[in-house]
Parts: sequence; C-alpha cells; structure tokens
Amino acid sequence: MKRYLYYPGCSLRGTGKAYEESLLAVFKALDVELEELEDWNCCGATAYMSIDEVSSFALAGRNLAMAEKKNLDLLAPCSACFLVLNKAQRYIKEYPKVAQTLEHGFKAAGLEYHGTAKVRHPLDVLINDIGLERIKACIKKPLTGLKVAPYYGCQIVRPYATFDLMYYPVTMDKLLRAVGAEVVDYPLKTRCCGGSQKGTLPEVGLSLIHILLKEARRREAQVISTICPLCQFNLDAFQDEASKKYGEISMPVVYFTQLLGLAFGFSAKELGLERNIVAAKQMLAKFAPAAA
Amino acid sequence: MAVKSLIKYEVERDPAFARWVTGVIGGERIRNCIQCGMCSASCPLSPYMDLTPRRLIHMAREGFKRDVLESFTIWLCTSCYSCTVECPRRIRVTDVMYALKRRAIEDGVYPRRFPIPVLASEFGAMIRRNGRVTESWLVMRVFLKTAILRLLGMSKLGTKLFLTGRMEIVPATIKGRKQLQTLLDDVEAHKKEVAA
Amino acid sequence: MNGSNGDLRIGVYVCDCGTNIAATVDVKAVAEYAATLPGVVVAREYKYMCSDPGQELIRQDIEEHKLNRVVVASCSPLLHEETFRGAVSKGGLNPFCFQMVNIREHDSWVHQDHAKATEKARALVRAAVRRVALHKPLVKKRVPIDPNVLIVGGGIAGIHAALTLANAGKHVYLVEREPTIGGNMAKFDKTFPTLDCAACILTPKMTAVKKHPNITLWTLSEVTQVQGYVGNFEVSVTRHPRYINEDLCVGCLECIEGCVYKQAKVPDEFNLGLGKRKPIYISFPQAVPQIPVIDRETCIEFKSGRCKKTCIEACGDRHAVDLKQQPKLETVKVGAIILATGYQPFDARKVPDYGYGVYPNVYTAPEVERLINASGPTGGEVILRDGRKPEAIGIIHCVGSRDENTNKWCSRVCCMYSLKLAHLLKERTGAEVYNFYIDMRAPGKAYEEFYHKLLEEGVHMIRGRVAEVTDWPMTKEEEGKLIMRAEDTLISFVRRVPVDMVVLSVGLVPHADAKDVRRLFNISCSTEGWFLERHPKLAPVNTFTDGIFIAGACQAPKDIPDAVGQAGSAAAEAMVLIDTGYVEMEPNTAYIVEEECSGCKTCVPLCPYSAISFLEDKKVAQINEVVCKGCGTCVAACPSGTIRQNLFEDEEIFEEIQGVLA
Repeated sequence: MKRYLYYPGCSLRGTGKAYEESLLAVFKALDVELEELEDWNCCGATAYMSIDEVSSFALAGRNLAMAEKKNLDLLAPCSACFLVLNKAQRYIKEYPKVAQTLEHGFKAAGLEYHGTAKVRHPLDVLINDIGLERIKACIKKPLTGLKVAPYYGCQIVRPYATFDLMYYPVTMDKLLRAVGAEVVDYPLKTRCCGGSQKGTLPEVGLSLIHILLKEARRREAQVISTICPLCQFNLDAFQDEASKKYGEISMPVVYFTQLLGLAFGFSAKELGLERNIVAAKQMLAKFAPAAA
Repeated sequence: MAVKSLIKYEVERDPAFARWVTGVIGGERIRNCIQCGMCSASCPLSPYMDLTPRRLIHMAREGFKRDVLESFTIWLCTSCYSCTVECPRRIRVTDVMYALKRRAIEDGVYPRRFPIPVLASEFGAMIRRNGRVTESWLVMRVFLKTAILRLLGMSKLGTKLFLTGRMEIVPATIKGRKQLQTLLDDVEAHKKEVAA
Repeated sequence: MNGSNGDLRIGVYVCDCGTNIAATVDVKAVAEYAATLPGVVVAREYKYMCSDPGQELIRQDIEEHKLNRVVVASCSPLLHEETFRGAVSKGGLNPFCFQMVNIREHDSWVHQDHAKATEKARALVRAAVRRVALHKPLVKKRVPIDPNVLIVGGGIAGIHAALTLANAGKHVYLVEREPTIGGNMAKFDKTFPTLDCAACILTPKMTAVKKHPNITLWTLSEVTQVQGYVGNFEVSVTRHPRYINEDLCVGCLECIEGCVYKQAKVPDEFNLGLGKRKPIYISFPQAVPQIPVIDRETCIEFKSGRCKKTCIEACGDRHAVDLKQQPKLETVKVGAIILATGYQPFDARKVPDYGYGVYPNVYTAPEVERLINASGPTGGEVILRDGRKPEAIGIIHCVGSRDENTNKWCSRVCCMYSLKLAHLLKERTGAEVYNFYIDMRAPGKAYEEFYHKLLEEGVHMIRGRVAEVTDWPMTKEEEGKLIMRAEDTLISFVRRVPVDMVVLSVGLVPHADAKDVRRLFNISCSTEGWFLERHPKLAPVNTFTDGIFIAGACQAPKDIPDAVGQAGSAAAEAMVLIDTGYVEMEPNTAYIVEEECSGCKTCVPLCPYSAISFLEDKKVAQINEVVCKGCGTCVAACPSGTIRQNLFEDEEIFEEIQGVLA
C-alpha cells in the first residue's frame, strides 16, 4: 500500500473539482493512500511572483517545511503548484541570499525547513512508482477506439523536465495507451494555453486557446486529455466564443484521470464528468458504458 | 499624420536600471545576450507584444527604463518558460519578466485599470488574508476593479460554473493564517536588509 | 669589490632595462649591494643586458675575472634565459652555472614604492647569489631523430601534410580508418567561395598520395599503441581486413557488379544513409585506394556461410577476393607524428525542436551535400525523402553551435557553407530560399564578396534563430508544409515561414573517440574536446608532447584553406626535427638515486608524461630523462626523498628561500 502526502491546491477545490474527484477515485482503485497535507496554504502560482519574489518562495516554503516532517513524497497534481513548489526548493538552494532571508522568516514563524521534501506529479507516480502493469490490471473496460489528443501544457516540463521529455513528453501518452485509447500525434502538446490571459486580455487568450482546439480536431482527436486545471478550464469554457469568432468548434476536454477512471469502471458522476462545460459524458459513454 | 522623432539620446539611458536588471535573479547573464531572437521566436504571446522579448532584453540592459516598464510585453508573459529553456545563453527570461513586472508595480508604471497587476495584487492580498485563494471571489474582485461591464458579460459562464459545481462559494481559509502572516511579514522586513 | 669565497667567483649583472626597471628600482644601489655579497667578484649595472654589448660584457668578464657563476637580474626568464645562457656558454662557462632573477615582471612592473621595490630587488639578488653557488654543471642530452613520419588521418590536412613531407624526401606512413582517404571534404559537393567541385580539387591530391613512392598508405587501419618519445616513437597499427587482397586487386570493380545482391540494400555510410550500397562496395567512384571492401556485417557469406560467392567468380583469374583475410599488425618506428583526424558533424537529433528524424524532409547540411552531388544517391536532383521537389527551403544556421545547451563555440564554417548551399539549392531547384542566421560570419578571403553575391540572388536573409520546426498550420497556405517560426530581428517581427525542406547547418564537433585518441598519443584535449595546441596564437600545430603535431579540424573548427595551411605548418615542424637530426633535452629532469629507492612505486602512476617505469629485476623505479619534462610531481611525492631534480635540488631551493628571508 503506497502512501503520499497530497497537495490539492486552490484550483482543485474550485474550477478543477473534477480533477480531484477523478484523481482520488483512480488512486483509490490502485490502492494508493493520499493524505492531505494539513493546513496547506496557497502556493502563490504565477501571481504572487509578480508581487514579491522571495515572499513567493516563502509561501511554497511553508508547505515544503510541513511536508518534510511527514517523510512522505508530496503529490501536487496542479501544474502551477508542482512548478512553484519545485522552483522554490531549487532557488532556495541556489541563491544564498534567498536562503538567508527565508531562514530568518521560518524561524520567526516556528517552521523548520531543510529542503528535503520531494514534490511529485501524478504522471510520474503512476508511471514510475505504481507501474503500467498494475494500472492495466485495474482495467474493467479498455477505451478501445477512443482518439485522444494528449495536452500537457507548459509548467510540468518547463523549465524542469524531471520525469518526462521536455519537448515531446510521453508519460500521459503511455498511460492512455495502457488503458486502450488511441493517442494521436499532437505537436502542440506543450504549447501554452494562455494561462490567465483569457481573463485579462480576452482576445489574446482566445486565440491561443483556439489554436490548440483547432489542431486537435485537425488531427481527428475526439477528446483532449489535460493535466492542469487552468488548461482544462481554458480549453473547456470558451468554445462558444471561439466558435463565434473562428468557426464552429466543439471538443470535449477532460482530465487524464477521468479517462483512466472510465477504464477502471467508475461512473461519470464519480469522476466529475458532469462538470464539463462542453459535454463529455455522452461521447465518452460510447467507449465506456460506465459513463452513461 | 502625427510625425514623431524616435531618436534615442544617451541621457535617456538609466545606468542604475541597467545595473539593477543584471542583478535580479535570472538576469545574471543578460549581458551575454547575442540577440538571436530565440526567445521571441518561441514565445506564443510575442506576436501581440509591442516590444518582442529579445528587443526588451536589449532595451533593459542598455537602461531604457521608461520603454521597458511602459511596455505591454511584461504583462503579456504567461510564464510558460519556453524562452528560458530555448535561450542559448541560458538567460532566465521568464524570471526577468517577473522582476520587471514587480518593478513596474513598485514604480506605479501601468494603466490604472489594467487587469493584470490588479489580478496580481488581489491574489496576493487574498492569500495574506485567508492563506488560500477562492477563484470566484478573486475574479469578482478583479473585474469589479477593472471592468465591471465585462463581469456582466461573463454571467453566462458564471452560471454554468455554478451549475456544474465548479464555483467555490465559501471563501477558503487556513488555520495557520497568523503563522503565514508572521512568515510573510518577517520576510518582507528582512529581504530589504539582505538585498544587494 | 669583495674577495672571493673559496672557489666561488660570481658575477652579478643588474639591468636597467631602459626605464622599465630603473624607473622604480635603484639599479645602481642593487649592483653596489650585490658587490658586497659573499663570493661576488664582479657586480655591474647596465642599461640593456640582453643587447649584444650587454652579453659581450658577460663573456668578457668570465674570461677576465675567471668567473665560475653568473647571475643576471633583469626581466622574465621566459624572455631571455636562453639569451643569457648562450652568453655564458660563449664565455666558456657551463650555461647552467647561471641563475636569472626577475626584477621586472616580479618587481618594478608591479610595485610603486621605490624604496620597497629596491629592497625587494636586493633580496631577490641575494637569494640568487646564494642559490647559484650550489649549481652544478649540467649537460643537455642529445637524442637522435628517426627520419620517418606517421600521419594519422587521411583527410585534406593529412593528405597535404603527407605530400609535403614526401616531396621533401621524407618517408611517411599515412594511416586512415575509413576504406578510403579524402575525409569529410570528399563528401562535399562544391567548396566556398570559389564553388570549385570538392572532388575535382581533392582527387588529384588523393591519387598523388597513392602514387608517391615515399608514402605508405594504410586505409581501414587504426593506431592501437604508441610508445616512446620524440624522435623515437614505436607505433602499432592494426590493418583491418577488407577481404580483398590489395596487391592483386586491379580496381575493375567487377566483384561489386557480380555480387548476388542485384540491388543495393544496405544504407550507404558515405551518402549518410540517403542511398544504398551492396555488402561489397567502394565508398565513392574516386576512392583511393581503388579497392572494394566487404562489410562482414551484411555479407551473406559471413553471416550464414552459404553464398554463391559470385564476387569471386567475377574476379576471375586475378583471385583478389580473400574471405579468409585476417587483421594485420604492423609496427613502425617514426620520429614525428602528425594527428590530422578531423571532426564529425553535430548530431542534429540533440536539438529536438527542429524535428530531425521526426519529419522526413528535415536534412542536415552534410546530407544535402550528398543530395546535390552528381554522384550522390539522387544523381544531383533535389528530391526529398517523400519524393517531392521543394518549392521553399529554409536553412537554419548555428545548429549545435553558439549554444550553452549544446556547444558553446562558433563552428566557423557554417555561415559560409549555408550561403553556399543556399546558392546551389536555389540554382538547382528555383525554390524560395530562406537563411535563418544570428550573425553572418564571412571572415576569409573573398568570403564577404560571396555573401554579397548571395544577397544579389534574392535569398531571404532572416536574422533570427528558429525556435521550432512544426507541421501544424495556422493558415490554409501553411497546410502540408513545415513551418519555421523565428523573430526577424532586423524588422522586429515574428515570422512564420512555410517550407518544404529544412536544412540544418550543423556545427563541427570533435570525434566521439577524440578523448581516447588523445590518451593514446599522450597529448591533451581542451575542455571542449579538441586537441590542445601548445599556444593558441604562436604554436597552433604543436602540442605539449614533443614530436607530436596536430593539423586541421581536430585542433578546432576551421575551413579548408586553414586546414591546408596548418598541415603545411605541421609538416614543416616535423621536417625541422628530422633535418636537425637530433633534439636537445632540457636538463632540469628528475632523477632517482637508485640505492635509496625502496621500490614503493608511488611515483610510477603519478607522471603525467609516463616517464617513470618500474624495473622488475632491480625492484626500483627508473626515470626516462628524455621524456621527463621536469614538472617535479614525482620529486614532491617520493616519500623517502629519493627522487631529486636537476637545477631544483632541495639545497638550491632552501638557499634561495634563506636568501630572500635573510
């Protein structure tokens, strides 16, 4: 029975709810225990870095200090959280001035930081710790015939590609193939979705989103599989707008854990598939009856 | 047709700013930039920027502070890190962009209702208050401050999110709020001492 | 002047060096002080000691005052130690009964306080006087030079060096690892800036090598061991079997024609995998020697033993095919070695965003050379891997160069060859050609003019490094094309350029086994992996190992004229050795007092020049004083102090220290 500390991040409690639901379901089926990091605080994502650099490392540092104590690897499914926690750990090590300032702060706040926490991504854990064999063993119905465009986004492979290739990652491809899906060649798999720009500069954001949707359709994918709550939201929530501006486009966008969950026999509700803006349930039901 | 002289005089350069840029985290190798344009070429946002990343880097290291901080460029960056991994001189362009964002906010150089810095500061304020961010409240606050009308236009999406249960209503908080605030306050105070 | 101290009669000369020393150090006072030191019979101040009259002064004084030790306080020994040793020698005194003091670089040039500088000069002179008293006469050893030369590598540099030496009457062994000589140059189509056909200018030299009575050409051969030292190298060469008897083959190539494989099936190495060959093949039509090779990995007879062996049949009564041929071991004695092993092109798969190996129509520049060459796999027609003819071509400069993520250096030739390919491709196909560069480097003779010729031809010059080559379209026109995205920095706009063919101008990197080769020959590599020259400006073909020279791209990326220039230079250096007939060794070598050696072997592995061996019968270590460079490592390491060094004896050093501190 494997155990991990679990850092959901703010998004998984809001727009990314389905990610948490499907992640927990899948990990339970694989007999992996997830213990939520007690009283975790927001990692700061990209926004806090625009206010104050060292403080943003401090935000991450509090979480890392708490995780260290437990002596378990910390699972961070959200890409931004995964990057921020890792980056903070590296920068504290690399820049003595940062380490100095934070040491003082940690002391004042009663925290002990040694930089020993290991921050992991679900893709990494699934492929390397649990292994494809065990995953295959949990399949109730393989997703045969389902064409998936695997979309990784930026921050789990850039700037640090620790468990997958930087330019053409394949871990999600491997997982999806293992559950029977057909993964299409998708060269845009790490191209930025625009992040929060859809909210702040809508035209720019929409253009970036549309590029991803259009190419997935051109490659004849039936669904896009994501690993980041913001990517999923961007690709899912604005297809109406994109259709109005660029021409009709409609493509279900799900989390890879939802696809794994379907293969494992979970229902649509259990996997949060009823939360998609662009309906995904019906299409997926053709490949996984449990989704109906 | 409004004709303007675009010549740059040496007095416009701010050597202190140029020095500052080489001192920020990630900007250590900014003087080694060979202006190859790889950063601009790999940036998905560069077609929309007034100064491409490459051009901004050279402006920054030469000390053209106004041009740099007043540019659209720094706000368009989504920190996808494409530039950072491609740069043949290993300049961490993304980190430089962050530093310029911070400097612009500090110097107060951005349009008043510009949503991006407002988003950043609301985000930060919410973390300080509660320890976590509640997306729905954050979005509401930002739009109220910058573009109320757009908020109304987002009501359709908002309703969908509410109906699919993707909208967190109750603001998320942590128990260790005080601890977090102590940490952040201390870091604020001490980084000024340690700063180069 | 003081009286002499026993047998010692020391002459001290303190130089003004114009104002270089005299402006800061009170030279007169130092000379006066020197006169008071024990053993000193003559102490002079002079304006320019290194001048003819200055040297004459020393010579005269040795004769007149019967001096038996000399000290000169002036500039750096690197500059004039030889000069003064020569002067001392002319005076009839052993040149090693001399000590030089540096009161310029070590004193007047680095201090400003006159009083302190003068005091320091006094101390240094005092130290030298005490030291030189203990100097013993030493003799420079002479070692004879074997008149043969070994050249490793049969590319243009190796060929040129071989011909130069052979024409001077020296015997050369030219060892090449491929089945033919010609190296990388043989694979080019045309050369910049003249657009001469590479094979046309190279093959005459290749045949000259074959015909030359003074050159022993061994192809398909490798050096496996090098022993000895300058003038006396013993080299072992393994000649791998080509399964054709070189003495019987007449080069008719009927065996290739007669091979059971009617169609070529094996990827052709010479054409970089773009074409096919049979298991029995010749690299290219003008290969030297004109003798086929059988590749035992793909030959049916070697793999299964059940081939009809029609090649033997085709050869007929010449009986040149010898499937039982064994590797041959040769040992040669040579006096000098020239390494001209060249470079290999950068592996473009290391830059994944350019799609090499993923998209079929992405080529490396060497592949394009074969594509446009008349004797290449497509007969010189530019036909892409998917059968199409390109209407738009993009050439990316600096692939694997000028990049901290791959190689930091500039590969020097890529801008020029990219322009050359742009010209040839445009001429051949009429396509739109785009060159994506960072800086246009055209430093050689007529290179800038070549660049202007290209500009006139309407090739698009886009100053911007391409970030990615992709196949996803943004517009209708981009469908089915490869898209190159770059910022055109000259106009500050990001551009997407759809092309049919992408050419990657790959840089030059050291051979994969350069580090092993350098160990074989006991020379050094720089941190980047190129063979290390003795001095980048003044001794680019010498190495730190006497008798071994380097020439061509193995030293650093360079174009053909520079490679040829260096080859001639290396040949000249080798000739200096051979024509002089002997080499004189500096006597500051380490030596072992045999009776005191305990046989602990601490010193043996420490020597960077492999000069120490262990005598099993006597159970003591022995230093080859010809190879020893006097670095002092073994001297310091010897636990019993048995190893000593000429000119740096413990007593001498201690006296010097005492002199300074006194």
